[in-house]
Amino acid sequence: MALLQMQRIYIYALKKDRKQILELLQRRGVVEIETMLKEDSIFRKTDVTKERQDLEKNIETVNNALNILNSYSKEESSLLSVLYGRKELPLKVYESFHEEYETIIEKAKRIIKLERIIAENKAEVLKLQTQIEILKPWLQLDIPLDFKGTKYTTGFIGTLPRARSLEEIYEQLALYMPLNVDIISSTKEQTCIFVLCTNNNRDKVYETLRGMDFSLPSISIDNSPAEHMKLLESSVEVAKAKENNAIEEIESYLKDREKLLFLTDYETMRIEKYDAMGKILQSRNTFILTGFTPKKDSESLKNELTSKFDLAVDITETKKKDDVPILYKNNGFSEPLEGTVSSYSPPGKGEMDPTMVMSLFYYALFGLMLSDAGYGFILALGCAIGLIKFSKTMERPIKNTLKMFLYCGIATMFWGILFGSYFGDIFDVVGKTFFGATNIPVIPPLWFFPVEKPMLMLAFSMAIGVIHLLTGLAMNGYQMAKRKDFKGIIYDVVFWYILLISCVILLLSMDMVKNILNINVTIPANIIKICSWLALISAAGIILTNGRESKNPFKRVLKGLYALYGISGYLSDVLSYSRLLALGLATGVIGSVINQMAAMVAGLPLGGVVFTIIVILGHSLNIAINFLGAYVHTNRLQYVEFFGKFYEGGGKLFKPFRVNTKYYKIKESTNYGDIE
Amino acid sequence: MEILNDYGIVLALLGAVLVALVPGIASAKGVSMGGIAGAGVITENPSLFGKILILQLLPGTQGIYGLLIAFITLSQIGVLGGSGDISFIKGFLYLAACMPMIIVGYTSCIRQTKASLASMNVVAKRPDQFGKAMIFPAMVETYAILALLISLLAVNGVGGLNI
Repeated sequence: MALLQMQRIYIYALKKDRKQILELLQRRGVVEIETMLKEDSIFRKTDVTKERQDLEKNIETVNNALNILNSYSKEESSLLSVLYGRKELPLKVYESFHEEYETIIEKAKRIIKLERIIAENKAEVLKLQTQIEILKPWLQLDIPLDFKGTKYTTGFIGTLPRARSLEEIYEQLALYMPLNVDIISSTKEQTCIFVLCTNNNRDKVYETLRGMDFSLPSISIDNSPAEHMKLLESSVEVAKAKENNAIEEIESYLKDREKLLFLTDYETMRIEKYDAMGKILQSRNTFILTGFTPKKDSESLKNELTSKFDLAVDITETKKKDDVPILYKNNGFSEPLEGTVSSYSPPGKGEMDPTMVMSLFYYALFGLMLSDAGYGFILALGCAIGLIKFSKTMERPIKNTLKMFLYCGIATMFWGILFGSYFGDIFDVVGKTFFGATNIPVIPPLWFFPVEKPMLMLAFSMAIGVIHLLTGLAMNGYQMAKRKDFKGIIYDVVFWYILLISCVILLLSMDMVKNILNINVTIPANIIKICSWLALISAAGIILTNGRESKNPFKRVLKGLYALYGISGYLSDVLSYSRLLALGLATGVIGSVINQMAAMVAGLPLGGVVFTIIVILGHSLNIAINFLGAYVHTNRLQYVEFFGKFYEGGGKLFKPFRVNTKYYKIKESTNYGDIE
Repeated sequence: MEILNDYGIVLALLGAVLVALVPGIASAKGVSMGGIAGAGVITENPSLFGKILILQLLPGTQGIYGLLIAFITLSQIGVLGGSGDISFIKGFLYLAACMPMIIVGYTSCIRQTKASLASMNVVAKRPDQFGKAMIFPAMVETYAILALLISLLAVNGVGGLNI
């Protein structure tokens, strides 16, 4: 239930050590750099936009190259790859990487260039092949395609639409003899012809041919088609060879993928280093770095820095006006829920970390909504296997998610056993259908079947709700106590506590409520009397005090009345916990439906097999749906009902200057740092 | 009245069928709309699949709740084995007991879909705000849950009545 205490850190150092100091800080990742001093005529910030842009361009180049490589050979990745986390890289590799740096960038550029060559040659081959297609009908022609005639003759080479016979063409041209017509090729669509006539008939022959829709070939070449075809084919070969060479070369770079991946990480680190450099104040020979660091690491950092460099480190407590970043500190049980709190909003100024208290309720509420021992077991088992198998390589966020659902699964098992739900009623159904069991239920619930006593379950859900809400209110009181706002505790917490508890007791004493909830409690008459008075007094107290920020007494009472009206909010909040009953029942009943459907076919031949298939498929679906419901509605109860009572958030998380890489992490033994 | 009593089971079954049918239709529509919007988000950023899937499935629960009530009603009125001897009044009561889930199931689902689509928009632009975005459609779900609760209690209660 705590946040780590932060301190201000000032580092005064020489500019010649700047690179080493920044790299060390980055690898330790325990300082969030924040400018706390003003620029003056000596100490100024430097502009790093240009360097940053260059690095971003490099990353883009490398990413493009990686995409190209991936299109030639997919990087193997599976659903489980997220469990493996980043690879570890020894510090040595990182430190010597700058020697290879240039060659790798060149390789990336070369890959992109090769890709362009491949694309160009592909286009070239396509273009040549179209030309070959056009040329094919003319292959039989043994004179150049652009032949125009000799001294006394004129030649026409071209096509006529649709198939024509030689006679047909001679018929049309009969008037202009002597002439010669050759059909070079003929298909359904077109007939390629060569007409040779005397020069004096030239125009008339041309006219007639035009009348037959004669057209010139779409390519013009000065050698014979067969020769030209050979040229084209050899060009295709050349282009294809170029393409293949380029592909081979790209494939030879596949082994460099790891280095390219590391290069993107390397550049990301450098970008962050430049960002940090943009935030520090520099004079000609010195620089000042300011920021926040967690108290637990500040001394070790100071020692390491002063032992390695000539510098001065100042560590002071944070000031009131500081917007101190938040770093959670929780035990393994609550830690997985830090993310859930953050996704609402990290604790704001002066607020406590609600994770610890929330975690107790979170697991319990989740379990109540899923409430099936079988489902809980599967959930817990799956997470436990993942946690054990990948404990070494897994990254923190994934680990926390698995841990969270492990605890949720255990809570689910707990409630499932209390309410006698094992995959719905699988033991009863299997017992009845296959073994003729008669003593149903086979495993009786430790407490009761919610399906049989839904009202009791409803009362229980609401009771949990009341406890949850009152805890929220108590947290509010705790925060006020920390702020030393003791009046506030009485006005906003104690009055409400008295009012709510006495109202609950009064409600329980009413016959109507007793009948609805089917419970039998007798409350002595004098307690009822006391409660009525207490409720009235606290209500009056709320009316008089809850509008205390207004000076005007009339306005103050009106505001107080409005605050008292907030009790309807408590009513709806408590009713909201009826979802515990509804979702819990939904899991159990749908589970039983699946079992019953499976039991219906159990009598058929191969009944046992079909039974198993239906049960497995049905329950997988039921787990998925109810898991989703439980997760969403647990979050809702925490965010809306619980946080609504005391928590506002609005803080910002501690974002240290560190190595934020995607593929690799650098392995280095230190005795501090390691903040995720 | 005696003749009418033959029709008790008809009314009860009508209730069971409608409660599976109407919220089911709404859920199918809601999940499909979510899928269409979600597919658009995934083309831009495939890594959001898990989050988008949750938002898409949120309007799917009403159909399940309807199924739940339908099943309880069916087993109570003896359609799934047992005697189907339901008086006219009792049949009518079953129909009435199904009404909250039928009506609220349908309307809340359609409204929830709209909230869910808006939240997808949020997640597409700011994936880190998923926690908050998820709550908006979940708020609408409350009313489906309340209707489920009342239908559940009512169907259970009608079974115990001696009329």
